[in-house]
Amino acid sequence: MPVLARVIEAVGISTVIVTPMPYFAEALGVPRAVGVAFPFGHPLGHAGDRDEQMKVIGDGLRVLREAPGPGTVEHLPYEWPDFERWKREWQPAEPSPIVALLRERMRAQAEERRADPSLRSE
Amino acid sequence: MPIDSFRWLPGAIGAYYRGLPLQKVEPIPWTPLAKPIEECRFALVTTAGLYMKDRDPSFDLDGERRNPFWGDPTYRVIPREARQEQIGVAHLHINPADLLADVNVALPVQRFLEMEAAGKIGSLAPSSYSFMGYQPDNSEWEKRYAPEVARRMKEEGVDAAFLTPT
Repeated sequence: MPVLARVIEAVGISTVIVTPMPYFAEALGVPRAVGVAFPFGHPLGHAGDRDEQMKVIGDGLRVLREAPGPGTVEHLPYEWPDFERWKREWQPAEPSPIVALLRERMRAQAEERRADPSLRSE
Repeated sequence: MPIDSFRWLPGAIGAYYRGLPLQKVEPIPWTPLAKPIEECRFALVTTAGLYMKDRDPSFDLDGERRNPFWGDPTYRVIPREARQEQIGVAHLHINPADLLADVNVALPVQRFLEMEAAGKIGSLAPSSYSFMGYQPDNSEWEKRYAPEVARRMKEEGVDAAFLTPT
């Protein structure tokens, strides 16, 4: 997403990002962003919660208007209740192809270590 | 309190992302807002993998299943008239249930139309845009698709873009 904002900003369109990962906005450099402590797939809040969505949008527009210069990233204070449940809830029912593949590789490496004691790190 | 960007991820995946070497490219582009928000025309951009079910193809999820190190870099246009039931979600890395119930959690078309009607923004542009956010290599975005979207925004007189990664 940082690259999308940078390319759009560069043609003369002001941008603001609402992101659950402000770390990347800060590390890669974006014109303006607000961070939200919301799970993936929910940058503006809960489904059906118009007031919450409007509040976050309003903060985004405020930063769009008031940011003093490039690299402005503000962390919004809103909380997301029921963290433990949502840590699972935001995820797809089936692991994504890359997660499935990496898990499989890790499992295979663990089995190799078991079969060949010289590969053990201890 | 600063937000922990990795709090939702399983430990090993969070550690992987945290360890990625990142390079900040300077200067960061900057376009001062040209006019008051109440006069600006907005376009929305999300990476939720949204598409118009009856009109456009889905994102290429089979391609990603064949090569998990690749994600479809193309984008779809979502018109301002789009209704909830016309929108599909093609994204293998999130639970799509809430987007299918209320797309405004990631592409706030209804909220921007409400602000337009209330005079809080100038207008919502005819077109908004959805990408699919799993991009291990974003060079196609940078070289081809983001410039294309930026050009379309200019053609529609967009002043400001509101971006919502998922």
